[in-house]
Amino acid sequence: MKHPTRKATRHVNQNEGLIFEKSSPGKAAWKLPPLDVPEVDTAKLLGEAERKDLGHMPEVSEIEIIRHFTRLSTWNYAIDLGMYPLGSCTMKYNPRVNEVVSRLEGLANGHPYQPEKISQGALRILKTLSDCLIDITGMDAITLQPAAGAHGEFTGLLLVRAYHESKGSARKKILIPDSAHGTNPATAATVGYAVENLKSDSRGMVDVAALASQMNEDVAALMLTNPNTLGVFEQEIHKIADIMHAKGGLLYMDGANMNALVGKVRPGDFGVDVMHLNLHKTFSTPHGGGGPGSGPVAVKKILEPYLPTPVVITRSDGTLAYEYNRPQSVGRVRAFYGNFGMFIRALAYTLANGPDGLRQTTEDAVLNANYIRKGLEGVYDLPYSTPSMHEVIFSDKVQLKKGVRTMDIAKRLIDYGFHPYTTAFPLIVPGALMIEPTESESKEEMDLFIEAMKSIAAEVEEDPEMVLAAPHTTRVSRLDEVAAARKPILRWKAENN
Amino acid sequence: MRYLPKSSADREAILKAIGARSIDDLFAQIPAEYRLNRDLKVPRQMAESEIVDWFRERCRENGDGYTSFLGAGAYFHYRPVIIDSLISRGEFLTAYTPYQAEISQGTLQSIFEFQTMISELTGMEVANASMYDGSTASTEAVMMAIRLTGRRSVVVARSVHPEYREVLATYAKHQDHPVTAIGFGESGRIDLKELEKSVTQETACVLIQSPNFFGTIEDVNAVAEIAHKHGAMLVVAIAEAVSLGIIEPPRHADVVAMEAQSFGVPLGFGGPYCGVIATREKYVRQMPGRLVGQTTDRNGKRGFVLTLATREQHIRREKATSNICTNQALVALMANIFMTIYGKVGLKELAKQNLAKAAYAAQQVGKRGKVLFSTGPRFNEFVLETSEDPQSLNRKLLEQKIVGGLPLKKFYPELGNSALWCCTELTTRAAIDEAAGVVAESQSKVRTSEEVAEVVR
Amino acid sequence: MAYPADFKYTKEHEWIKSDGRTATIGITSYAQESLGDIVFVDLPKPGAEITAGKTFGSVESVKAVSDLYAPASGTVTDVNGDLATSPEKINKDAHSSWMIKVTLKNPAEVNSLLSAADYEKFVAEEGGH
Repeated sequence: MKHPTRKATRHVNQNEGLIFEKSSPGKAAWKLPPLDVPEVDTAKLLGEAERKDLGHMPEVSEIEIIRHFTRLSTWNYAIDLGMYPLGSCTMKYNPRVNEVVSRLEGLANGHPYQPEKISQGALRILKTLSDCLIDITGMDAITLQPAAGAHGEFTGLLLVRAYHESKGSARKKILIPDSAHGTNPATAATVGYAVENLKSDSRGMVDVAALASQMNEDVAALMLTNPNTLGVFEQEIHKIADIMHAKGGLLYMDGANMNALVGKVRPGDFGVDVMHLNLHKTFSTPHGGGGPGSGPVAVKKILEPYLPTPVVITRSDGTLAYEYNRPQSVGRVRAFYGNFGMFIRALAYTLANGPDGLRQTTEDAVLNANYIRKGLEGVYDLPYSTPSMHEVIFSDKVQLKKGVRTMDIAKRLIDYGFHPYTTAFPLIVPGALMIEPTESESKEEMDLFIEAMKSIAAEVEEDPEMVLAAPHTTRVSRLDEVAAARKPILRWKAENN
Repeated sequence: MRYLPKSSADREAILKAIGARSIDDLFAQIPAEYRLNRDLKVPRQMAESEIVDWFRERCRENGDGYTSFLGAGAYFHYRPVIIDSLISRGEFLTAYTPYQAEISQGTLQSIFEFQTMISELTGMEVANASMYDGSTASTEAVMMAIRLTGRRSVVVARSVHPEYREVLATYAKHQDHPVTAIGFGESGRIDLKELEKSVTQETACVLIQSPNFFGTIEDVNAVAEIAHKHGAMLVVAIAEAVSLGIIEPPRHADVVAMEAQSFGVPLGFGGPYCGVIATREKYVRQMPGRLVGQTTDRNGKRGFVLTLATREQHIRREKATSNICTNQALVALMANIFMTIYGKVGLKELAKQNLAKAAYAAQQVGKRGKVLFSTGPRFNEFVLETSEDPQSLNRKLLEQKIVGGLPLKKFYPELGNSALWCCTELTTRAAIDEAAGVVAESQSKVRTSEEVAEVVR
Repeated sequence: MAYPADFKYTKEHEWIKSDGRTATIGITSYAQESLGDIVFVDLPKPGAEITAGKTFGSVESVKAVSDLYAPASGTVTDVNGDLATSPEKINKDAHSSWMIKVTLKNPAEVNSLLSAADYEKFVAEEGGH
């Protein structure tokens, strides 16, 4: 490497095949205690339903399993190793006390249907988290049932639909800005709404005039992200909300960017009627390689009657209970109550912070994004001059002159010991580099990142071919995604090996 | 605040570098009338020890030392310790979705192994990287059948988990899909005659669960025949994954929608759990959820990538097959490790122990109570009918620190004083005997009004 | 880039070769280049009706999906089975890789489409952004 990095060094790294390649009959990692009830004659009990063969399920020992997964883990990048500059993902520190409390036996072993009398602790967790999130969002009520952000959006739009139906007509359309994340239009379609695009203005914000002309009684709601996917706060938000409300429409907010708002401003205060939160973003629950998440939906009073069942209520004697008798509810969006394990973690995070911690967290998130913006201004093209909140967007315009695109720069960043930022999103910025450091990054880590990005920009000028062929130092080089899509191999097969 | 890696000096230096006088400058873009001028109403900041104590207190409020006979879609199995040792590694716990394949091979390879084992266990050809849970997986599987057949209606067995059916209803309502419910017979299985009458050329799929909500194993082949005869698909939901160790998987199904919580995922008051969809290769492009595929890198080395992404929402936007964005990677990893630990032999032995415990329990409580649906084969759950209302019986059991079966009246009023009981390998003989004792005592004391009338006569 | 003179073209980058009664349809070389490596093509079955201006299928690359718009209305008589196993043929030679054959409903519709020269001009303008 011409410009060596202080952040990462190559190192011997273990190889490991598929677990099936280690399997052989007779190896075992399990042992069951002896049966304290009579053995059963499975053939007699099950007849034809008895399974004869478990095919190619593996047989390995415990140490092989430990080594297998430990080796695999060392091939991953993770927050615990360093910064993820991914925009709109909010890759913040996942506190370990969250993991400990979620494993306390009285919580980890609780059955969702156990009697309310011995579930008061669980109900207290639901209620406390709900109360905290309601105050943080400035809304009136909340459901914790949705399993992730997209699920939350689905639920939120169901509520929108139920509300309009109760007023006589579900209406036909949802307005969505062209800067929105792809889940937004996909969700609208699953709830039976047509999607109408709303163009952004030259500053990347909602074009208020366009909104005024497109808003009519056929529009059920506007789905907005605020700050938007460019990391900019919609300054005319009150006008936007008024335009929607004047014609009986609702304002839905995608809460993906709440990390810029917590403790400083509340969506409920600027006209939002319904919004979802991402506990796996703003509230520190771990990404785990791609889930589980949790996507609670907070609403204003007008939408409360439609919330999924059950809701948590307080009885006159002070005990907590699940209320199922909710005639106007949209129904269930999943079995049981939601990703309870994530509620514990999000609540532990909230308790660890308190009001001051939450506010400081938001301030540091915005501070950090602006520090990176300052550090890379002039090195990468800044398509919008509007001030950034918790994330900043550059474009590859300068580097494109040498034939290098955002994805190539991102891949080269891997050689510098960082995970790539978000590439090619939002769609309204061609060749975007979307960077969100979060509050969890120290000045030192950010300086290393800025240094790496500057170095890559220099490499683009001096040796673009090298950047185009990146990454150079990973276990695997760029993988053939075309072959993977043309002739998908989605499982290991004994015959092929 | 101890999660924030900055000193005041750092903050000063950064503000200076940015050219801002104070942090307020960076929030100036928020119109003044919206700025929050008070503290958030959340509890004050706590020390780590206080946080642990707060949650311990919640555990005390939940009560401790109870033996539970609850199942109904969430099962209490032993979780081998290495599951948590491994998934707690920061490189698994705190990793992002594996979009950057070169630095996510750990996650990607483990998902590929998960997909393989789920296909193997369910008798299907491919499986996805997981869905939110069994209820949404079942619903998404039904939607998949609707897309594939181009037909609108759905036929569902009432013996499918009631909450799964509620979720299906929520989704089906908005996409104009009529749902017909088919009852169950004396065996506890779906009524085949009623099914035959209800499946038409308009039916996209039949949805059953096996073992069903009552613990009874459905005659999957018979249902498949009826469905396929009319050009409909068969979707089979599986809520108790451990059953696959000893029960033949639904090989004639077109789609399997499973809940893998039993494979090493904590009960945790209902979530997060681990749904999965498995199906035949020819349907893979209509299957929602993430998929990992094997491929090679520039040097011909084997590697893994997320593939067939064009099904997903972030590319198709309003034309996506579903709006599912995430899988449940960390819980799928727990299931993966669990399946690997038990493996070919262990899963069978584990399932056999479950079968034995439930058989013994059914026999014991069945001495005085009435076990319903006894003509059909069962796995680890059964329905017990008692003279006493189960709610009241359960109060008595609770005094003995036993959580009795789930009363079924609210879901199946026609089943009267019935409750759904579950035993796993963790249920002890002592607990079963004690519960049977309480049931026996209740049966001898409580008489229904009919029994009293009999005596009088 | 040579666009066959005996084809007509749409602004959505489909080509159509008509004999007055039946027609063959595919996508242009420009289209395959924009898409990149094609991994899958979703086409209607024989017997399906297609309507001018409306979508009749889609073509996928690794990261994108594009709708296919019917240049003219008609009934599908034939579908190119090769593309199911080897979609890359479109990348190799888009103008020889036909997708569907149709019996035209209104043969006159084809006349209002772009000629090879007009299409070439259109592509040059669009490409110059």
